[in-house]
Amino acid sequence: MSLAKHWRMQSQRYRLLGVRCEDCGAKLLPRRLVCPQCKSSNLRPHHFGGEGTVYSYTVMYDAPSGYDGLVPYPAALVQLDDGPLVAAQLTDVDIDEVYIGMPVEMVTRRLREYGESGMIVYGYKFRPRLKDHL
Amino acid sequence: MRRVYITGIGQTSVQEHWDRSARELAASTILEAMEQAGIQKADAIYVGNALSGELTGQENVAALVADFAGLTGTEAIRVEAAGASGGAAVRLGYLAVASGVQDTAIVTGVEKMSDLTGPSVEEALATSTDEEYEAIHGLSLVALNALVMRRYMHQFDVERRDFAHFSVNAHRNAANNPYAMFRRPITVEQFEKSRLVADPIGLLDSAGAGDGAATIILCSEEEAGGRANSSVEIISSSLATDAVALHDRSNPLFLRAVYDSAQKAYEQAGVGPEQIDIFELHDASAILAALSLEASGFASEGQGVRLAMQGEIALEGSIPICTMGGLKGRGYPVGAAGVYQVVELVQQLRGEAGANQVDARLGMAQSIGGTGATAVTHILKAPE
Amino acid sequence: MMKPLRDVGIVGYGAYVPRYRIRAEEISRVWKMGEDNLHLEEKAVPGLDEDTTTIAIEAARNALRKAALDPSRLSAIWLGSESKPYSVKPTATIVAEAVGATPYTTAADWEFACKAGTEAMQAAIGFVGSGMAEYAMAIGADTAQGRPGDQLEYTAGAGGAAFIVGPSEESMARLEGSHSYVTDTPDFFRRPNQQYPTHGNRFTGEPSYFTHTMMAASGLMDALGYGPEDYDKVVFHQPNSKFPVRVAKRLGFVEEQYRDGLLVPFVGNTYAASSGIGLAAILDKAEPGERILLASYGSGAGSDAFSFVTTEQIARGRNPIPKISDYVSRRKEIDYAQYARQRGKLVMY
Repeated sequence: MSLAKHWRMQSQRYRLLGVRCEDCGAKLLPRRLVCPQCKSSNLRPHHFGGEGTVYSYTVMYDAPSGYDGLVPYPAALVQLDDGPLVAAQLTDVDIDEVYIGMPVEMVTRRLREYGESGMIVYGYKFRPRLKDHL
Repeated sequence: MRRVYITGIGQTSVQEHWDRSARELAASTILEAMEQAGIQKADAIYVGNALSGELTGQENVAALVADFAGLTGTEAIRVEAAGASGGAAVRLGYLAVASGVQDTAIVTGVEKMSDLTGPSVEEALATSTDEEYEAIHGLSLVALNALVMRRYMHQFDVERRDFAHFSVNAHRNAANNPYAMFRRPITVEQFEKSRLVADPIGLLDSAGAGDGAATIILCSEEEAGGRANSSVEIISSSLATDAVALHDRSNPLFLRAVYDSAQKAYEQAGVGPEQIDIFELHDASAILAALSLEASGFASEGQGVRLAMQGEIALEGSIPICTMGGLKGRGYPVGAAGVYQVVELVQQLRGEAGANQVDARLGMAQSIGGTGATAVTHILKAPE
Repeated sequence: MMKPLRDVGIVGYGAYVPRYRIRAEEISRVWKMGEDNLHLEEKAVPGLDEDTTTIAIEAARNALRKAALDPSRLSAIWLGSESKPYSVKPTATIVAEAVGATPYTTAADWEFACKAGTEAMQAAIGFVGSGMAEYAMAIGADTAQGRPGDQLEYTAGAGGAAFIVGPSEESMARLEGSHSYVTDTPDFFRRPNQQYPTHGNRFTGEPSYFTHTMMAASGLMDALGYGPEDYDKVVFHQPNSKFPVRVAKRLGFVEEQYRDGLLVPFVGNTYAASSGIGLAAILDKAEPGERILLASYGSGAGSDAFSFVTTEQIARGRNPIPKISDYVSRRKEIDYAQYARQRGKLVMY
């Protein structure tokens, strides 16, 4: 359990903080030092809105330690409307309801805890967009 | 650049060696290979190992292995590139001898998986993924492969059962390999019905963990002397990388690092995929095998699975793969896999493959780290 | 009655309840309690990855969107709860970080059983009303636990409501005044290493819920010179569907007045969020110029009463920000086994 490692990642995990390349306009998540598209270092913070669609998905059955209590859980590659692809769990959805192209939105949920006495790590997951389900 | 020959090989069986430690497994294969090569010492030992610290609490592995193999004091370095560790160790050994800096190099791959079991192993394997952006979300390495497979099925109109042919082929070949872990043949139906690990990848689609070690002895033409004519030669070697996280790749269905390293290997050897007779690829899962075939030029985009369905990957096919079982049939001691691939190609190219013998002049070994972040390719030539 | 030097009001609000529901009859199926114990239809159950923090974050984000407010302008994030994920470490700082209010802000967790959220609202009113702050957020959020088989298990729900207090001229509902009534009354409590609370059964009724709620509400109305007929809507703390209806009638209110804010039959008692999500439901539908009374109740014990009047800005941001009714109608029914798993009642270690 690394306190500092998770603390360092907070702004990215809580608020989908990435960068925008001022030179070529690329929007990147995660944050980088060098734009992979135009190699510029002229990168400024950018908060992603969190809306996107499911590019691909899976359901986890054999989970790594720390996540075995959540099985079975769905996870996906989400294509954000702003551009980048991001890996995350899906939540608030039945595993047989998930499909490629499903519109989703970002929510902040528990990613894991380090046992009953350790820290709780919060971060982004994606759920079916509320306004599509009303 | 000098020519590089493989003058000796050694391997343990892949299984849960409950009673043997990593240093023992590695050392035994070094002694076996050295005896075959007729040498008492070497200039360096390159140890391919991915997870020693995570799984056994042991780092400083190369010095340990050198000492226990009776080669205390020898230059020794551990090479890590996740699943490509073994291939990367071969690369460094090749570079050392080809460049003229060293005359004889021992390359050993070793992994001891069974000291931990269950979710801790999944956790250890996840260290080859992007820790901050993939592993933290509870995504295992298999799950990332599953994401690729699901998208591939969607884009290229392929079904889950179509991937079975990779596993069926691997197990059929493993049946004739006394060193392999999973020697019982399987059927397409069994593949389809196997329990899901990360949907749509099931148990029979995912290479199982095992303990094992494999060693090759590399030496220069001069050092090999009279043996050179009867030795397999490494005629090209190349390693390339790509973004670690799947979501950072420009196209998650294209193994760019495989493409880059295969291209460079072909160029260095002066050949193309048509001249390759055997392809020992990194079949940690069927989707990885299919994409490796595509990125290495054996099938066009989206046709890798169809190649397997048409039987072209079998021993009698146009591009036999996993001829001694592959990762799937042999079992997968992570850091050792890349060296096992070369050992098996040497057996094939020497005509020592028994019931699985393929008439081959050129063999290609390819090792992948993570979901495609590192790829290392070697092309080997049979003795004249 | 209390009124700040500077006029304040609610400039934004948001609420959230989780998607899972367990029906009272399903709990009854396992514990074999009689039909007459079913004071509500079903209650909201948090998912495996939800807790008071995540619920508060969503309610807070909704409130900020409704207020169209830059989060760095908040001077306080005050969270009231009795189900904090950390006993020591403020949940409020996680919420503050997650909504972008850090670092120039205050943050703290408040505790006063089910009125912790309105306690925080009183303080927020003082903070803004004194001129110390332009905007302050008060949140009530809980993932309440009921002992298996106990009566409280039927009602212990989960939810959150957040209110941003700001200058009256910017508000959707301006504050006319507030009044609190607090005594040391041990009707319901939990000692540190206990998993489940102890409740005083009938003692939680007249001397506790009814006395404090009525004293706060009637005290406020008297000070303002209003009678029940002056109010368009009222909302009370909702531990079950009987108490808030009974207290409303005793104070002279009728069904048309308390109906919009009565959510307990559908989501259960959301503890520190209870009166808050009722207020959110009322504000979601209100027209300008409606007078609203809120009287919370927290065991231990006390009640905070507030009188609001909606402004011309009441409908600001009504779409597309989710209404509490959107969350209430989003439901996924689960059985007792899944509920026990999600509520952490199974011994895993």
